[in-house]
Amino acid sequence: MQRYSAFSLLREGLSGHRGWRPAWTKAKPKSAYDAVIVGGGGHGLATAYYLAENHGLTRVAVLERGWIGGGNTGRNTTAVRSNYFYPESVALYDLSLRLYEGLSKELNYNVMLSQRGMLIAAHTPAQMEICARIANAMQINGVDGRLMSADEAQRRIPLLNQTEGARFKCLGGVWQGRAGVARHDAVAWGYARAASALGVDIIENCTVKDLTIEAGQITGVETNLGPIRTNRVGLAAAGATPGLAAMAGVRLPIHTYALQAFVSEPVKPILDTVLLYLGTGTYVSQSDKGELVFGGGLDRVPTHGQKGNLPAQETVISGLLEMFPAFAQLKLLRQWAGVVDVVPDSSPVIGPVGPAGLFVNCGWGTGGFKAIPAGGWLLSHLMATGEHHEISRPFDLDRFEHGRLIDEAAGSGIAH
Amino acid sequence: MQIFPCPFCGPRDETEFLFAAEAGKTRPEPAPDVSDAVWADYLYGNDAPKGTAREVWVHLTCGEFFVMTRDTTTREVKSCAALPGKAS
Repeated sequence: MQRYSAFSLLREGLSGHRGWRPAWTKAKPKSAYDAVIVGGGGHGLATAYYLAENHGLTRVAVLERGWIGGGNTGRNTTAVRSNYFYPESVALYDLSLRLYEGLSKELNYNVMLSQRGMLIAAHTPAQMEICARIANAMQINGVDGRLMSADEAQRRIPLLNQTEGARFKCLGGVWQGRAGVARHDAVAWGYARAASALGVDIIENCTVKDLTIEAGQITGVETNLGPIRTNRVGLAAAGATPGLAAMAGVRLPIHTYALQAFVSEPVKPILDTVLLYLGTGTYVSQSDKGELVFGGGLDRVPTHGQKGNLPAQETVISGLLEMFPAFAQLKLLRQWAGVVDVVPDSSPVIGPVGPAGLFVNCGWGTGGFKAIPAGGWLLSHLMATGEHHEISRPFDLDRFEHGRLIDEAAGSGIAH
Repeated sequence: MQIFPCPFCGPRDETEFLFAAEAGKTRPEPAPDVSDAVWADYLYGNDAPKGTAREVWVHLTCGEFFVMTRDTTTREVKSCAALPGKAS
């Protein structure tokens, strides 16, 4: 692997940038692997990297039906945070945030992590009480979180609509200083480059058509590029996971919905934090290029089409303008949608399912990006050892049989 | 804005409707013989089909539940019908 550094940048700058090599190798499928991961988004690529790095498994393939990072990894609003309610969730999401904090160094690839803090803003006394409850839960669970006053929120976000008569006048909220944003493409590319350097085959334009199962054991996958033998398959395919699991006769507690995101034209720096408003459900941050990146709740129509509907757009944009009337002057540059896998308790499903050798990492719903390092870490642990990591154990599919749901939608009141 | 059909009220704006569940589930009985796995699948298991789907929706303004057949990729509505059974 060609290491990136200030020195390599200087050297290439002086020699006309002719020495850069492709960051990862575009591989053709071999006939057999020790492990196959379906889905070349952040979670799948991270799984491949940690299989090689943490567990020494390098005969690994990542199969991606399109191009890597072209699904939800490239469609989210790039926020990373661990401001959750239940101990199980905080352990999971804070593992992810801690891995993000070291990721640029670990991968030798700048994922542009910017820990600019995140405010979950409240506009009613009842919401402030919920915020206090979340802040207390975060502190008990050992994560940085505190209640922020209306005055401090106003100082940090001066454009917030705090005028008399504002519909959602901010009373303060929960603050997590370690939350922030990271460049989502770089996360996929960084993991791909590091995994490829360790010998992982990353195979794009490869669609899985069937799973081969003999006597209750996964023995391979059928693809448009031919059959591949393996006795370990990990599914990390978000909204496509139900269709893949169905090939093994497994039904998951997933509905698929479109989640939309938007960017405005770029403007000068006006917002240096991530903001989620409980009252409007809209969240917003400003990209390094100056665009406002924002989104909100799900479209309420189950779908597999990567496009959003108009009612959800209206809700999100009107919410943004209630918070920031000044943004009404901005033009939208782009709008898009990804297909997210939503589970009743808004917590992921990680674990073995169906035949021996089949594992899933799905159900992240609208919150998968922030969880990429943890999702990869935990799925690789499962695939390498056959056993749960203690952090993924509560998120096994069996929680639906035992009634031990981890209901973050109810617990933290955060949009997922 | 998409228009959905209500079998009782006719074509209406999509914002008047709410998705309820996938159609075709049958409650497993008798209860003492139903395993945890079968019950969990009844409560939570979905097919989330890509393509044609039969779904139970509710028209919020009239309060009636009905079956809608849609394409989950193109969003085309193929048919809608009242739930089977006697009106009471």
